[in-house]
Amino acid sequence: MTTASQEILLPLIVALPLISAALIRMCDARPNLREAVTLLTSVTLFALLLKLAPAVLKGAHPSFQIAEPFPGIFLQFNIEPLGLLFSLIAGFLWIVTSVYAIGYMRGHHEKNQTRFFMYFAIAIGITMGVAFAGNLLTLFVFYEALTLSTYPLVTHTGTSEAKRAGRVYLGILLSTSIVLLLFAIIWTWSLAGTLDFTPGGILAGKGSDTVLGILLALFVFGIGKAAVMPFHRWLPAAMVAPTPVSALLHAVAVVKAGVFTILKVVVYIFGAEVVLGLPLTQWLLYVVAATILLASLVAMTKDNLKARLAYSTVSQLGYVVLGALLATSSGIIGSSMHIAMHAFGKITLFFCAGAILVATHKTEISQMHGLGKRMPITMTAFLIGSLSIIGLPPMGGTWSKWYLMLGTLEGSQMVLLVVLLLSSLLNIAYLLPVPIRAFFGTPADIDTAPGIKEAPLACVSAIVVVAIGCIVLFVYPTPLHHIASMVGFK
Amino acid sequence: MIEAHLPILQVIIPLLSAPLCLLMRNRTVVWSFALMANIITLLVSIFLLQQTLDSGVISYALGGWSAPIGIEYRVDILSAFILFIVSVISCVVLIYSGKSIGNEISEHRLPLFYTAYLLCLSGLLGIAITGDAFNLFVFLEISSLASYILISLGRDRRALTAAYQYLIMGTIGATFILIGVGLLYMMTGTLNMHDLAKRLPSVIETRTVHSAFAFLTVGICLKLALFPLHLWLPNAYAYAPSVVSAFLAATATKVAIYVLLRFTFTVFGVDFAFTDMPLGEILMIFAIAAIFIGSAVAIFQNNIKRMLAYSSIAQIGYIILGISFATSLGLTAGILHVFNHALMKGGLFLAMGAIVYQTGAINLRNFDGLGKTMPWTMAAIVVGGLSLVGVPLTTGFISKWYLVLAALEQGWWPVALVVLAGSILAFVYVWRLIEAAYFHAPGEHTGTVKEAPLMLLAPAWLLTGANIYFGINTDLSVGVASQAASILLGAQP
Repeated sequence: MTTASQEILLPLIVALPLISAALIRMCDARPNLREAVTLLTSVTLFALLLKLAPAVLKGAHPSFQIAEPFPGIFLQFNIEPLGLLFSLIAGFLWIVTSVYAIGYMRGHHEKNQTRFFMYFAIAIGITMGVAFAGNLLTLFVFYEALTLSTYPLVTHTGTSEAKRAGRVYLGILLSTSIVLLLFAIIWTWSLAGTLDFTPGGILAGKGSDTVLGILLALFVFGIGKAAVMPFHRWLPAAMVAPTPVSALLHAVAVVKAGVFTILKVVVYIFGAEVVLGLPLTQWLLYVVAATILLASLVAMTKDNLKARLAYSTVSQLGYVVLGALLATSSGIIGSSMHIAMHAFGKITLFFCAGAILVATHKTEISQMHGLGKRMPITMTAFLIGSLSIIGLPPMGGTWSKWYLMLGTLEGSQMVLLVVLLLSSLLNIAYLLPVPIRAFFGTPADIDTAPGIKEAPLACVSAIVVVAIGCIVLFVYPTPLHHIASMVGFK
Repeated sequence: MIEAHLPILQVIIPLLSAPLCLLMRNRTVVWSFALMANIITLLVSIFLLQQTLDSGVISYALGGWSAPIGIEYRVDILSAFILFIVSVISCVVLIYSGKSIGNEISEHRLPLFYTAYLLCLSGLLGIAITGDAFNLFVFLEISSLASYILISLGRDRRALTAAYQYLIMGTIGATFILIGVGLLYMMTGTLNMHDLAKRLPSVIETRTVHSAFAFLTVGICLKLALFPLHLWLPNAYAYAPSVVSAFLAATATKVAIYVLLRFTFTVFGVDFAFTDMPLGEILMIFAIAAIFIGSAVAIFQNNIKRMLAYSSIAQIGYIILGISFATSLGLTAGILHVFNHALMKGGLFLAMGAIVYQTGAINLRNFDGLGKTMPWTMAAIVVGGLSLVGVPLTTGFISKWYLVLAALEQGWWPVALVVLAGSILAFVYVWRLIEAAYFHAPGEHTGTVKEAPLMLLAPAWLLTGANIYFGINTDLSVGVASQAASILLGAQP
């Protein structure tokens, strides 16, 4: 594959979902055609990504310039291993989520389905833009676009509750990104004279420890999509969205864009050595550790299944940020791998929550006792997903947790090691009761109603695919590990 | 041969066309005539801009009488830029007015409207092009008087009081400017700005010149509506016809900013204005106040044109903030935002005008459900609103970037945070509109409206599209702004 054709793939991959959004809009009157467009586009997108992958894995860095809004700063795409990892995960999971969404939207008789699929496609296209961004400006442009384009999805149901949640969502994400993140980006520009992602970072020696420390803090808190406390409230608020939205966007695309950005900033803007050397990093690590533990504790108190999963996501995102800020080689590998592992695990859990909603109209965990007999596939998948999040074999989450713990040892951070272990215990406490009570609990009155059976076929097949994915990632983590270990090197 | 006389043509063409409009009775004829005059004016301004970019300052002696006794027209990059902005906005707004004005002004007053419009245009262009201080005052009065007439033509009866309020405050401002010019003339014996710049240094330590500086600054700040001298603006924009609001919002205050730049940097000089006199600090304080108070008050307005007016006050605060830094980056940011804001506010007011045209009123209630019934108009408002916030890929983002960069260059990070916090406030008032339009069901006012006609949509989208275009390709806007900034700061006037 020649370099030129590789380079044109980058804007093509970003533009493809955006074009399909227009097509989806045009197929408003013919739902089957509309779903076919979505499915076809998602498969094509993933195929294009697979075409791009081999060259990047060999060390190539195709890039593509779009425009020059500021003298010296371009809007450009530039792919490297971490971006490839993120885009592959998002691309694959788009296919699965599209299948699931079709089943869910039809099974739940949702309104405005065209609008839903249209904005979904737009959001995915923009996520690809985030993955391929070659400098901080391009990343910021797509980051903001992601916030704006997911707003119609979060407020899809149009109720006043959705409107309120939408305000919290936009309010927190836009405030943090404009006041903290943009400030940090412009400050970086004035310190370093460039915004390009460079292995080894661009800020070495460009400022005192205090200045660079404050800058790092601005990035960590300004990247609101990573949900570091206290800027995490948007995540539970966004759970008002339909489940496919929560599944793909808030378990995969939006939140992963956040932690992806933090990883990119740590590895390619600051550089691992700089981050290791800053005194403020230790304090940031403690804030992240607090996020991990506090979010898990809150999750335990939530009876609403999606709310519990939301806080679980906040906690799990903390793992990725922790690994990034540890800035040791195992920490970075663990971080990158956890992006993938958590994506699969969490999306399984959200799919199950949505399937339960469609099949039984239940949202609270206390109502789900004994459900396992009626919906065995769903609850087994939930069990698999839970084990992956907890980090137990034979699920993929084992490996990412392993590397993260290795990272804490490399950095001599015993406190953080204890935090990770504690967190695993808390994960067990808030995740496992759900499938256990579903299989072994005695059903409440209406759960024995004969009408309850498994969710629509599309939903179930999607659930099975991602659950198997969790297991596959345990048995065959090598490709993922290979990409993860390339992150940060020339 | 005509190239030699372009400077005078720039002003003469609209000035002479204006009274001719009074002779025409037919609505379409007078509109076409005014539009034609405007298009020729626009072409002249484009030629002038190109000439200045190629060969530097153009100097033109009116009537062949050379400066400093004769009136000189002096076009440098900053003037050419302002001429271009004013002509373009005027042209787009005139195209739009063909359809919209019939709803808001009665037929027999239309020739008066176009006359006043062209007079205002020629006044504004004259201010930007002249190199003589008293000539500037003359054109300032021409444009001000014409704008009082334009505002008073509004349908709402409060337009008359708004025009009267603007008249009183505007005359005070113009009088202060005249006093300042008079004091300068007394001390130096010349009215030509270039000559003043040469002669002032020898008398600059006198109290007379200091007073002149103070009078001029206050007078100009009244005209450009810097907080707290902004009281005339909200009513004037709210009750004037939509076309007039769009035109004035995008041009009148910008030209006043040009006058501030011209007097402060070219006539008095950076060192005097910012080192000897505390102009930088004073402007910065009022600019920050304008940003916060303007945005905060905008959040509580129900009349949307009023909301945009207060938003303009905040945006003028941004421009003055950039100017108050008195550095190359700061001035670039300020001049850039002059251009960007003209595009933003022009587009927004034109889109608002389309809503007035279709629904008849301009309160927040009128926006219920407009997202469905007037999708293209609302889309233009969304884009304009996002530009006010400073979302990437719009011109607002570029301006904010340069402002923050200019602040960080000086090490004033609290100021940078102020700029960004202002964006959040802007977001709040933009969001009320968007929620009403897309989340509320169409109400009694808006149940039966249809999309605005193409003649109204196209100009609005032209400006909105330019907003996005210049948010991505900034060669023209940033290039010209930075060249203008460096000329103001160091090189020859």
